[in-house]
Amino acid sequence: MIFEAILLTVITASTPLVIAAIGELVTERAGVLNLGVEGMMIVGAVCAFIATKTTGSPYVGVLAGIVAGAAFSLLFGFLTLTLVANQVATGLALTILGLGVSGMVGESVVGQPGIKMQPIAIPLLSDIPVLGTILFRQDIFFYLSIALVIGVNWFLFNSRTGLKLRAIGDSHGSAHTLGLPVIRTRYLAVMFGGACAGLAGAQLSLVYTPQWVENMSAGRGWIALALVVFAAWRPWRVLAGGYLFGAVTIGQLHAQALGIGLPSQFMSALPYAATIVVLIIISHNRRTTLINTPASLGKPFVPDR
Amino acid sequence: MRIELERRARQSAVFAFVSPLLALALTVLFGGIMFALLGKDPVSALYSFFIEPLLEVWSLHELAIKAAPLILIGVGLSVCYRSNNWNIGAEGQFTVGAIVGSIVPIIFYDWHSPLLLPIMMVMGAIGGAAYAAIPALLKTRFNTNEILTSLMLVYIAQLFLDWLTRGIWKDPAGYNFPQSRSFVTEAVLPEVLASGRAHYGIVFAILAAIAVWFMMRYTLKGFQVNVLGQSERAGRFAGFSGRKMVWFSMMFSGALAGLAGIAEVSGSIGHLQPAISPGYGFTAIIVAFLGRLNPLGIIASGFVLALTYLGGEGAQLSIGVSDKVTRVFQGLLLFFVLSCDTLILYKVRIVFDRVRSAPTKAAS
Repeated sequence: MIFEAILLTVITASTPLVIAAIGELVTERAGVLNLGVEGMMIVGAVCAFIATKTTGSPYVGVLAGIVAGAAFSLLFGFLTLTLVANQVATGLALTILGLGVSGMVGESVVGQPGIKMQPIAIPLLSDIPVLGTILFRQDIFFYLSIALVIGVNWFLFNSRTGLKLRAIGDSHGSAHTLGLPVIRTRYLAVMFGGACAGLAGAQLSLVYTPQWVENMSAGRGWIALALVVFAAWRPWRVLAGGYLFGAVTIGQLHAQALGIGLPSQFMSALPYAATIVVLIIISHNRRTTLINTPASLGKPFVPDR
Repeated sequence: MRIELERRARQSAVFAFVSPLLALALTVLFGGIMFALLGKDPVSALYSFFIEPLLEVWSLHELAIKAAPLILIGVGLSVCYRSNNWNIGAEGQFTVGAIVGSIVPIIFYDWHSPLLLPIMMVMGAIGGAAYAAIPALLKTRFNTNEILTSLMLVYIAQLFLDWLTRGIWKDPAGYNFPQSRSFVTEAVLPEVLASGRAHYGIVFAILAAIAVWFMMRYTLKGFQVNVLGQSERAGRFAGFSGRKMVWFSMMFSGALAGLAGIAEVSGSIGHLQPAISPGYGFTAIIVAFLGRLNPLGIIASGFVLALTYLGGEGAQLSIGVSDKVTRVFQGLLLFFVLSCDTLILYKVRIVFDRVRSAPTKAAS
């Protein structure tokens, strides 16, 4: 079942992208552009790995990843929301600091074998041939990623709070006048994004390559940011885009293994090149981009007094 | 308790000067706390990190070697950021500059000529500018976000360099090491002073900083950069083109990053190898902000950030902490720079809430 095996690896490669991107989507829908996804992801990865090593339970690791990502995002929140620092620069700072801190914290566990998270088979459903092994015999990250997409989609478009969050992202001035808590909502959205990035990082160090390698996020946080643009800030398209990128990543690995004529470095560059191509396709129509982008995205907000 | 901001009527000139210094002080303070948490004596750790590298002539030369690329790239980025174009792919432009600049000395390996170095430097700058032109083209033509595209191009450039040095450019007599042939003496950027290794890269850097300072202050181009950066609409009314500015600022910063790349390769490495930069392109972002996007400030901040590299290397040997401390210091520094900059535009007040007492008053 080579086909089945390939599909399984595609899912493993896509899941962290979907999780990180869905978190950033909520952050951006609230009007905050957090470019620190890569940094929050790598901090989540190292914390999850170390927590798993010390306690022996990957589930504690998952929790540690989430908490670490959310806590780290608070730094970004404080700077951009309370001190109205430039969001682009602060996001970069978060990434630089995250790469440094994770490298330092993880130095003692570099190269040590980790504990790979075991899949959870869902009774009955997992017995369905082919489909069952692919969809219902997965680790917790896959289930969470699907739940997040469904949950966020429902939250944004069918709940009152979601409506308020979108209003804040589209026009913080009017939202503030209406009495909506702009800053508080944004803090929560930033933390949600951080928690998701941390969760995505945990997947990398517990499932994708169950060990700690410095800089192991390898630009996935940035690809997740591109995915949000690709998805035009819609949850279901994040899922589709995530799987597209997962397929490209896995496709190039299999092509390398089959030994096709191209050098491995060219194949490894494919996901990054694909990101650029996809961005071009999505962005070239200026009007559709403008309609979809949350109008207050990246703009600082200081309440009048 | 909460923090309230009140916009100042005008920028505070005092804090424009004080805020980078305040940020430095806070970074050192937090660095000390971090060393204490790592179980080291904070004072002696900070001493060996920040002071010891300044005490010997050879390490001052190392400082200049590391400051050169940081200042060159940072000065270019300051023009970009002032014009509100977010080139964060300088690391890739640095890499491509190094590759393109190395074409002649690697392919025409035996050519000895005084023309060699100037050709290399010019080709390096062109390489960097051409690579930065890709995100500029994508931004102006397809409306793509330059942050993401320039960053993706970093990974592509690094993989390309990796392929070159392990593949067609690998030294045939190099015992299978992944590196190119060493440059002939005519292709090596000479040292500035007899006392040590510092090469002409630092001279380029300081000249570039002064030239850009002059451009930003006294020329129409500099005025355009500032106007378009602060308000594209206002710039359009003045007849300035935001589109042309994207091209100009991206390619200008790319050219300086490319020059930094070839200067680094020819001045301090002497050949091409898979890794040629300890993240200079990203650290230069911090340099630009710490220098408050002012070219002369960037000269100073370039040396400060170079010191974090040097201190990290030294601290690894003398007090046995990981060289990753460098990155942590750099990240912290950028955080504090950004938060202290708030003081320039705003008055910050810490308010202790007394919400509970208000209704009581109303009742009585």
